[in-house]
Amino acid sequence: MTNVLYDLPGPKARLRNRILGVVSALGIVALLAYIVWRFYDTGQFEPLKWQQFEYTAIQYQLRDGYLTTLRVAGTAAVLALLLGALLAAGRLSDHAWLRAPATSFVELFRAIPLLVLIFFAYYGPIQLGYKIGPFWPLVIALMVYNGAVLAEIFRSGVLAVARGQSEAAYALGMRKTQVMLSILLPQAVRAMLPVIVSQLVVLLKDTALGFIIALPELLYAGKQIGGRLAFDLPYVPSYLVVAAIYIATCGLLSWFAFWLQKRLIGGPRRSTATGRVPLTTDQGVAGPAL
Amino acid sequence: MNEFFHVLTDNWDVIGSHFLATIELFLIAAAGSLVFGTLLAAMRVSPVPALRAFGTSYVLLLRNCPLTLVFALLVFAVPKLEVNIDYFPSACIALIAYTSAFVCEALRSGINTVPVGQAEAARALGMTFAQVLGSVVLPQAFRTVVPPMISVLNAMLKNTTIAAGFSVAEAGAIQAYLSERGENQIYVLLWVTIGFLILVVPLVALQRTLERRWRVAR
Repeated sequence: MTNVLYDLPGPKARLRNRILGVVSALGIVALLAYIVWRFYDTGQFEPLKWQQFEYTAIQYQLRDGYLTTLRVAGTAAVLALLLGALLAAGRLSDHAWLRAPATSFVELFRAIPLLVLIFFAYYGPIQLGYKIGPFWPLVIALMVYNGAVLAEIFRSGVLAVARGQSEAAYALGMRKTQVMLSILLPQAVRAMLPVIVSQLVVLLKDTALGFIIALPELLYAGKQIGGRLAFDLPYVPSYLVVAAIYIATCGLLSWFAFWLQKRLIGGPRRSTATGRVPLTTDQGVAGPAL
Repeated sequence: MNEFFHVLTDNWDVIGSHFLATIELFLIAAAGSLVFGTLLAAMRVSPVPALRAFGTSYVLLLRNCPLTLVFALLVFAVPKLEVNIDYFPSACIALIAYTSAFVCEALRSGINTVPVGQAEAARALGMTFAQVLGSVVLPQAFRTVVPPMISVLNAMLKNTTIAAGFSVAEAGAIQAYLSERGENQIYVLLWVTIGFLILVVPLVALQRTLERRWRVAR
């Protein structure tokens, strides 16, 4: 296997790599052993700490938390995709009076920390004397923030389609809407889809911020289960279970994005839309990786 | 309107010190995650299978884990293992642990954009390993890496607010602090927003400039 960094190893390099391999494997095993020892030493393996998960009431609590997380993520994802499409259409418009507000909206809301947006949506109405639960503030903040990020993804996706495509379509006498809908979007979606799914994974992860405004989602359920004195404060088991659920869910979605990327972009038929403009999530990473 | 400005002038001590804590958190976490992320990237592209597996699983786990959960693990679960870390260092560790995975990915995808032919040609010219890396591969990778790296750091700067939910007195906590003083929460949040815009906008501008300049040059 050659790559940019290393040549095919010769006998000397192979020996060196093998020694390095053994040393680093030992290091990793030592690290894991230290963690297991800390677990053992502080009694994390005691049955009492894990007993709670046998109770149906606790299983229901976890399930309800998980469903709330999925409900927030699902609602916010649909709304963010709609808002993102609208904003992208605005940013790509030929009319300055549409372009300017859409651009400022996108730029502004991408620059504000999501948690501050959540505080706005949650404490703002309270300050004005309305009482609302934490569900809609979280959904609205996620919608506005991810809508702005998705708008940028949509826009770069459309801009990344080779210019000849739209020129040819205009030459055939198509109208602006026709060019967008039947020429640019179908090609752009191929390039964008993996990044869009990656951004939705980011959105799903960000629902955990609901924890801070006390929305009973998965992480919040984890804290409640971990905080029970009768079971000797099993924070470690409860957060590990919660982490496993998050990682499984997001990992599955990331894997789906990776699969999409391989199918849509990495395949033998190369799309004409091979990113002249970089497509990245708000975390600065282009597309999914496994 | 007057009341709006008074929120800033009356509480300058709180707002200023909290934003300073945010900047401190950002600088520490940025340095830490750049170093650790580079190490991880080196592991992921290394010819040693054990290191590759470690790097890959680390990135896989951390990228699919909400940052809030990483914070919660460090603040609530780790003390139960009788490893006691203060709130501020905990926040630094959480941000570094999480952001490193993204730094690693940005670096790795940057290295992957350099065509193998470049390194092969350099080797064919008889360059040593250090010369291949230093004069051929890294200068090319650097251009593709820096703009996404700035967005990773930008995302991290915004993520520092999450520390407010875990007892760190930084910018995200200003609202909770000043609501106890009875200030108008919307005004307070507006000032927090303005503060973040001042911090974020230069980073975004830098990223755009570099992206534009280096895209043409390639």
